[in-house]
Formats: sequence, C-alpha cells, structure tokens
Amino acid sequence: MEQNLTKAETKEYSPLWEVFRRLSQRITALIGLIIVLAFLISALLAPLLAPHDPIEHSLGDMLATPSWDYPLGRDELGRCILSRIIYGARISLLIGIMVISIGVLVGVPLGVVSAYYGGKVDFIVQRFVDTMLAFPGILLALTLIAMLGVGLPNVMIAVGISTIPIYARLARSSVLAIKARQFVEASKSIGASDFKIIRQHLLPNSLSPIIVQSTLHMATAILWAAGLGFLGLGVNPPTPEWGAMLNGGRLYIRVASHVATFPGMMIFITVLGFNLLGDGLRDALDPRLKT
Amino acid sequence: MTDNILIEAKKLTMYFPVTKGIVRQRKVAEIKAVDGVNFFIRQGETLGLVGESGCGKTTLGRCLTRLIHPTSGEVSFEGVKLGEIREEQLRSLRQKMQFIFQDPFDSLDPRMTAAEIVAEPLRVHTRMKAKELKDKIAELLQVVGLDSSMANRYPHEFSGGQRQRLGIARALSIRPKFIVCDEPISALDVSIQAQIINLLEDLQKEFDLTYLFIAHDLSVVRHISHRVAVMYLGKIVEIARRDDLYRFAKHPYTIALLSAVPIPDPRVEATRDRIILKGEIPSPIALPSGCNFHPRCPHCIPLCKREVPPLRQIEQDHWAACHLV
Amino acid sequence: MGPLLQVRDLKTYFYTEAAVVKAVDGISYELKEGETLGLVGESGCGKSVSALSLLRLIPHPPGRIVGGTVLFEGKDLLKMAEDEIQDIRGNRIAMIFQEPMTSLNPVLTIGLQIGEALELHRSLARKEAREEVMRLLKTVGIPDAESRIDDYPHQFSGGMRQRVMIAMALSCNPKLLIADEPTTAVDVTIQAQLLEIIKELTSRLGTAVILITHNLGVVARYVNRMAVMYAGRIVESGPAFEVYGHPRHPYTIGLLASVPRLDQPRKERLVPIHGQPPDLTRLPAGCSFFPRCSYRVEICSQERPALKPVGSDHYAACFADMAESR
Repeated sequence: MEQNLTKAETKEYSPLWEVFRRLSQRITALIGLIIVLAFLISALLAPLLAPHDPIEHSLGDMLATPSWDYPLGRDELGRCILSRIIYGARISLLIGIMVISIGVLVGVPLGVVSAYYGGKVDFIVQRFVDTMLAFPGILLALTLIAMLGVGLPNVMIAVGISTIPIYARLARSSVLAIKARQFVEASKSIGASDFKIIRQHLLPNSLSPIIVQSTLHMATAILWAAGLGFLGLGVNPPTPEWGAMLNGGRLYIRVASHVATFPGMMIFITVLGFNLLGDGLRDALDPRLKT
Repeated sequence: MTDNILIEAKKLTMYFPVTKGIVRQRKVAEIKAVDGVNFFIRQGETLGLVGESGCGKTTLGRCLTRLIHPTSGEVSFEGVKLGEIREEQLRSLRQKMQFIFQDPFDSLDPRMTAAEIVAEPLRVHTRMKAKELKDKIAELLQVVGLDSSMANRYPHEFSGGQRQRLGIARALSIRPKFIVCDEPISALDVSIQAQIINLLEDLQKEFDLTYLFIAHDLSVVRHISHRVAVMYLGKIVEIARRDDLYRFAKHPYTIALLSAVPIPDPRVEATRDRIILKGEIPSPIALPSGCNFHPRCPHCIPLCKREVPPLRQIEQDHWAACHLV
Repeated sequence: MGPLLQVRDLKTYFYTEAAVVKAVDGISYELKEGETLGLVGESGCGKSVSALSLLRLIPHPPGRIVGGTVLFEGKDLLKMAEDEIQDIRGNRIAMIFQEPMTSLNPVLTIGLQIGEALELHRSLARKEAREEVMRLLKTVGIPDAESRIDDYPHQFSGGMRQRVMIAMALSCNPKLLIADEPTTAVDVTIQAQLLEIIKELTSRLGTAVILITHNLGVVARYVNRMAVMYAGRIVESGPAFEVYGHPRHPYTIGLLASVPRLDQPRKERLVPIHGQPPDLTRLPAGCSFFPRCSYRVEICSQERPALKPVGSDHYAACFADMAESR
C-alpha cells in the first residue's frame, strides 16, 4: 500500500494554550483578564488580604476619610471600607456563580434537548422560553422575590431563574447549527446513541457561546445583585455587599462621598473587567479564526 | 445471476413534504427525492451511482444505511429487511454498513483527535481495553497510509486528503462489509483524488468490501465500479455492467451525460461532436408528466409525455427506462 | 500591435499572523486579443488570486500586490489611479466568478443589476438600458426574457444565474473576460451549455478570455493556450495542443497521468502524484514541486528553476529534461 506519511514536525497543539495565546493578543482582553483574576483572588483570599474585620464597627469613627490605617476610609458605621470591599467580592462571586449555575444547569439541557429532538418538544419548550423572555428581567426577579421573600439565597434564585431562558435559547441555536454538520451524521451512521452524540459531539462544540455568555453574565449578575442590594432586597446587614454599601453611602454623598464612591467604582471596574474578558473570549474561541 | 446479493432495494421511495403554515402545518407539495427505485449490489462488487444535482443519489445512499427512514419500500441487507427489525438490531447491523462522507472538513469533529475519531465506532460497538484500542488505532492509521505518530493531532492539522483517509479509517475500524462512499473525492484536489481511489480499491481487495460509490464524475466512476446506475430526478434511468454502460449506453440521458464530459485532450475534443441538452434540470417539486426526461430529450415522442417508462431489461444485466429502447 | 495583456513577475503576498503566504510568487504571461488562455492548477496554487490581482481586487489587509507589472493595452494596471481602474473594471475587463449567488445582489432584480453596468459605463438612459438588458438576456439564452428581467437572483437556477453573470460581464463589450471557475459549481450538462455560450459570445465579440479552472477536460476543449500553476508559480505554459501532447514539467505529466479518461481503455490502476499539496507558508528552497517529484535531481532542491523554452512557444520550469527522461 502506498504511503503518504508526513512526519510530525510541528510542536504539539493544545486547544487551551491556543485560546490563551489568542486572548493575549488583544490588550483589552488582557486587561479584562487581569481585573477578573484580581477579583477572584480578592474573593478567595479575603481573610488574608483584608486589613481589618469588615463587620467591626466603631461609631466614633464614622465617615472617616482615607488614612494610612484605613486606606479607603470608614463607612457610616465606622467599618473599614477596604475590608468590606474585599469581602464584598466574595459575595459578588458567590452570587455570580449561583446565578450562572442555575441558568446553565437548567437552561442548557433544556435548549439541547429542544434542539436535538425538534418537533413538538421543541415547540413546547420554545413557547415556554418565549413567555419567560417576554417579562422584563427585573420584573421577573422582583416577582420571584415577592413570592420567595427577601434575603440573599432568594435573590440568587430569582436572578438565576430569570437567566434560564437566555441559556436555553443560546444552547438551542448552538446545537441546531452543530446538528447539521456531517460529523454528527457520521456518528449516527456509526450507531452511537443519542445520549452519546449529545455528550461527545454536541456539547463540546457548543460550549464556546455558552462560555462567552457566562462570562458576560457574571458582570450582569454582579450588577443585579448590587441593584437589588441597593434596593434593600438583597443581603442582610451587616454582610458586606457592594450594592448595599452603595445604599448605605447614599445619604452621605455630600459630606463623605468616599463611602459610596469606592464600592461604586469597584462595581464599575469588575463589570468592565468581565465584559472585556467576555468579548476577548468570544474572539478567541471563534472557530472561523482557526487555521 | 442473482445469487450472492448483499444489499437490495425494492420500490425504495423517499418523499420530503413541503409544508406551509405556522401553527398548523399542511403539506402543499412533495419533493420526490427517490421515486420507487429497485436495484441490488452483490458481495464484493462496486456499484457506481451517478447523476446530477437533484437526482436523489445522496438521499438514496442515506436511505440504504438507514440514516434517514424511507417513506416506503424496503431495503434488505444480508436478507434482513431493515424496516422490520428493532432499534437494537439495527444498531448492531450498523457495524456492517458504514458511510464515508463527502466533506473532509465537516465530517470530522474538530474537537476530537484523530485517534478519538477513528476509535469512536470501536467504542460504540466493542469493549476493547485501552492498550488494545491504541494498537488497533495505530494499525488502522497505517492501513490508510497515515503515520501513527499523527494519532494525537486535530483535524485542522491535516490536509484534505489526509482527513478523508481518517474518515476511511473510521469506517473500516469495525470491519464492515458494505460502505456507502458519498462523493468521497469531490472535495479533494485532482492530484490527491487518484491516491484515495487507489486506496479504496486496495482496501476492497484486502477486506472483501462492497461499495456503493456515489459521484458525479463519470470518469472516476468508470474506473472504480463494476456496475453503474444512472439516476435522474429520483429514478434510475439506466443500470448496467460498467463497460456496457460506457460503450453501449441506451438511455438518451446517459448518452447526453457521457457526451458532456470533457476529455482532457485537445486533439480529441477538436473532433468530438457533443450533445448539448437544452433546458434546465427541473425542480424535484414540479416533476414533468410521463417520463421525467421528456422536456429535454432530443427523441421525445407523444408517448413519453403521457406514460412513465418502466425500467426494463434490454440485455443480460443491462436495464433502461425508455420507451424508445 | 502588441499583446492585449502582459503580466510580468506578478507577486501577491498575504500577511497573516502566522506567516507570510506567497500566494502568487512571480508569474509572467501574455495574452493576445481574442485569445483564450487557460490558467490551470489545484486549490491554493494562486490562480484565482492572480486574476483578482489583475484588477486590484485583493483584500488589504491581509493581502498586498508586492511586485510586478500588468500592462493592459499598454498601461500598467497596478500603477493606475483608483478612478482610472474603476473605469476599466466591468467595462474593458470583466470578471465572472464561481458562485453566482454570492456575486449577485439578492435584493435587486437582475434587470437593475445588469442595467447598472450599462448606465455606468455606457451612459445609457434607464429605458435604453432596459432594452439592452433584454437583448443580452436573450443572447445568453434565458427563455422568456421579458418577464424574467424583473426577477430576483434567487428565482433563477444555478445555471441561469451564471448566464446572468455572463450577460452582465459582456454587456459593455469588454476586451478581456476573466472567468474564475465559472462552471465548478454546476452540473456537467449545464457546464457544457455555459461553456458553449461563453465560447460563442466571446468569439463573436472578439473578447480575450482567461479561463481559470482545475478541470483539465474543460481546458482542453476551450482554450488556445494554457499555463499550469503550482504553489504560486507558473511551471509550464504553451499552446494547449503542445502542453497536452508533450507535457514537459513533472507536475503536468503527473496531473495528466492521474486523471482517468473516458476515451481511453480503463487502466488497471491510477497513477497519482505522491505527497501532499504544498504549504504556502513553508515552501522549500529551490523547486516547490521537489518533495513530490519523481524526476528530481540534486540541483532541484537548491535552486528555483526558471521558465525556459522547451518547444515552439512552449515553456517549462524544470531542471530535468523531460524530453530525455520520457
């Protein structure tokens, strides 16, 4: 038999490294990555990084301006703002992960099944998704909170549920596109079961838009939590949460703007960071850019 | 000689409905992709299937291996009627019928390595241990002419011809008896096509394979096939032994098709008389009355417009569907 | 009178993040008035890029014409001002492409699209243009032209759309028609129709044609002269009869030998060209066909062969003398 051998000359190709390489070519994506990493480190290593106890209050020092001991000053109850911001990252991270987990773990299977089986199943699921999407997000979240009661877990569940239809739609369109590709047909001709095809071919290939969406959603989730916290519907005091901190500092904007400004800036920077990273990932994961 | 038949189709029909309406969909028309087709393929032979777009050859290939379910008619494989068996039985029969796809870029999962792609059928149908699997993969890659060091590469690192070899290795992995080759070389460069054709022929001899070779390139089909069937708008218009078809074609469409193929030799082309068919290939939704080919046929008589000509035996192993033959 | 088109040492490179792709690496050829030249090669050989380069239609970035001259009727197309070359495109040099669906605007009727070229280049009024369009449609054999003139591209079949493209291309009586794989996407019976139309109309109008294709059969029937391209360079050129009858480059020889022919008895085994298509980012020093060549000698890996005469008006870029080896 004739041979058409090509020796393995180029170095090993690793998908993960390739994504990172592409990502690092955009300066904005790199900035986003750094911000997100800082956020994660802050959240995970909060006890090591925070200079003071975030809950310890000292009414005598309320609204203190930034000093060496307290680099970002103290809030309306004398608590260290820097420490509260560092610990606040934890809450935001937790909220983001919970919200996205609910959205992905419920929405993606829904979308995948809907797309793969088509027909009546698809019809019913899509009408359900349409209905949910017809409500403005905040209305849906508030309604759910009204039903479930206030408090952090309920906020997370409410916001999480409202993201389910987005992931369902995303997963569905992704799977529909992949379903038509010949390698899926090839798998069927081999005799692979539906489950195997979904697990081995459809899911890995549809991950990219879901990853991008999740990253962008972290930003949204944080904003949501902050918004609801600002409305007083989120965490219970004295838990440090950026939105609640904003609310606390609202009354003192004129006299001690730093109380509201610093948490506000953190929200802004973190949301920006996730958005930049998400955009960068979208380009880096684009299969059309593969050689 | 009808013994030794491996796969047979009887009155195989595939209609795709065209629907209108948003909530309640009603059928307004039908695309008669495959319209009552009868043929068989013997063990160890290659049946070439040619035709232009819309003729239904691709759909026919998919019906044979049950990638799609035909509207009516039956397909028998080794005497077993595929329409009458249960899902599990069909799945195990799939081991014996495999498919090679046209697009070397699209038929391989871009996120799987070559080894994983080639091993997928083995994982589905057998319970091989990791070491066994690794050896088998290396062996398969060698058989199709690829170096086993490339097992951990991704599809985009291979050239088109090499990817097609991977597709062939995948199809061979579970020792099938029958392979449908759906335009396996159309997407490849001319200089690579010959490599793949030779490979397919060598594999056929070595593993006693039976092929349905679907293509539109008549010169290549002549090379690789033992018998050839010509399709037009869902029907087989002529089917014969290879040399009989190419030298003594009887159906006007076959004759025109052969005439339209340009020969790579200017001296020959300068002296050739060609039959240029008039008109377009009709849409499979609105088929002409009577014989599908009558609007474009240079020999059309009134009977052709009224009656559909049946596929009739002209000579030993040579059938044609034409009133005038 | 000099040749209509003179291409000298044309080079077009693509600058990608991975490497520089030398899509066209120094090609030269000539075309007389009314002559048909076949540009033959497989995918990636640079034939389409070279045609787009003639009209400066290379997307930049990442591509750039980095060298050479293209003399059309004595003037260098590569050095013209933008408005000058716009006047030539569609007017004196026309082009038709492989996939007519993407070359036609889906939201305009074909009457308007063809009319656009007429109004622009021949300054016809709307009404006159419409009549001319109808005449053109009839010439290319579109039945029922009076009603079809107001149809949209998607209402035509592939073969009909290509005819529309041909009509559009020939509407301004160009001196040169570049046909880039015009029949690759259509069936063989439609291919025969289209090529006959192109041949008949261009010989009637005296239009020179560059026919780009990978199909050796199409070239044999429809061209006077041909140039075979490989890895961005022309490896053999000459009159079609000569090149087919006495091919002198190993690539041409290999290509002709590997294609089964209907007019000859069936061979027991096809003779392929070994190896893989070239990687344009990593061409070997010396002859780019070296890795796959059965006739190679020492010098082939070191120096790049230039086109040298091997017969009357017949050139090949090879160090081994094919006349001796055969």
